Amino acid sequence: MRRVVVTGLGLVTPLGADVETVWANLLAGKSGAGPITRFDASDQKCQIACEVKPADHPYGFDPGKRVDHKIQRQVDPFIVYGIDAAGQALEDAGLTEMDDDLKLRTGCSIGSGIGGLPGIESESIVLHEKGPGRVSPHFVHGRLINLISGQVSIKYGLMGPNHAVVTACSTGAHSIGDAARMIKDGDADIMLAGGAESTINPLGVAGFAQARALNCSFNDRPTEASRPYDKDRDGFVMGEGAGVVVLEEYEHAKARGAKIYAEVVGYGLSGDAYHVTAPHPEGKGAELAMRMALRKAGLAPGDIDYVNAHGTSTMADTIELAAVKRVLGDDLSGASMSSTKSAIGHLLGGAGAVEAIFCILAIRDQIVPPTLNLHNPDEGTEGVDLVPLVAKQREVRAVLNNSFGFGGTNASLVMKKV
Amino acid sequence: MSDTADRVKKIVVEHLGVEADKVTEDASFIDDLGADSLDIVELVMAFEEEFGVEIPDDAAEKISTVSDAIKYINENKG
Repeated sequence: MRRVVVTGLGLVTPLGADVETVWANLLAGKSGAGPITRFDASDQKCQIACEVKPADHPYGFDPGKRVDHKIQRQVDPFIVYGIDAAGQALEDAGLTEMDDDLKLRTGCSIGSGIGGLPGIESESIVLHEKGPGRVSPHFVHGRLINLISGQVSIKYGLMGPNHAVVTACSTGAHSIGDAARMIKDGDADIMLAGGAESTINPLGVAGFAQARALNCSFNDRPTEASRPYDKDRDGFVMGEGAGVVVLEEYEHAKARGAKIYAEVVGYGLSGDAYHVTAPHPEGKGAELAMRMALRKAGLAPGDIDYVNAHGTSTMADTIELAAVKRVLGDDLSGASMSSTKSAIGHLLGGAGAVEAIFCILAIRDQIVPPTLNLHNPDEGTEGVDLVPLVAKQREVRAVLNNSFGFGGTNASLVMKKV
Repeated sequence: MSDTADRVKKIVVEHLGVEADKVTEDASFIDDLGADSLDIVELVMAFEEEFGVEIPDDAAEKISTVSDAIKYINENKG
């Protein structure tokens, strides 16, 4: 059976624009949240977000590093983030120079939950105010969700499977899981897999606020707003960015002497079949996804040392925790579980991939990142190590990573040390 | 004349992300400046905005160099 390992990582997040900076900031307990600066949010119910910082910030993002000036002008930010993260991952894996044969065996599976909402918003205004003759000729392909995979394949000449998942906030996890299957099935030897999002624009913020999903009560204390499992949690904080991994067939990675971070051993998927935005109150779908991932991994509950929760800082947190308890046991069989959305916000379609990378780094460094702002744990959290406030050094052999999305779509990944 | 040329060149530099000294008057958008057909559509729109001219599709199709653009604008602007 073909095995799939991770050999490269790339991140663009509100805590930094490279893997080591993001990880150091995350472990140090920093928050990426702040007042919205991207536009005037004074008339919005929610006025805070976790924005990717500008290039002149100590851990800001310089789009010019890996994305051509012309492309930056033509596409939405989620595509720029995705191209950069994919470039980082390829560089990390030592795969920037591939021969033609390998390019035929290398593909992309980089999705997004929503896609180019800021550009859809601004071009709608152009259409309304100036007419159809002023709509950009780059409007469509600068907003399409599969255009990260498209742009990356063009930039690096990758002619393997070209795919893009769209499953709301499960996108990043599904992208990695689906890409791992493509390698297992022999469709490719290498896949760039992940997700990206950037919807911190008036329409995106208003839409999520109207759906009662966003935190609107901490506008004066942005870094305290994302507080998964805390009694005072009141909705998620929107984040943005991208996470991309290089997945590679194990023998292929070994033969070229690649650095191997972890193995993708389990992938579970399910549907809630319940409600468009609310999770099933008993977390049945979440439980099914986790059980499937563990079964595929051939691991027992006691083998999991860390769970990176979906944990959005909404009422759904306790539903997820109850489901995790049913799968792993009331004390999670000794596993630690944290929500890194407390630090970087909810990256929506990018979340599952970024959080998978945090899981991989937890395996590499044998340390688990904290849940920030967890001062008063909600009922039902007793006896569970939610890694409050401070990162924790501990043994991390295998990890479980959960992602759940609107529409009731669930994905769980299990990864372990090789 | 030179005013039009400078403004055209500025738009080309901004839209195509090329070095200013490459935007000579006889430079071809596609062959010398790395544009594709959609980039030219976008450039033509930017010229229309900047100079308040209408550049119909059949005229736009004939604009292939920087000097073609400058010439058309000078002949048609109000």
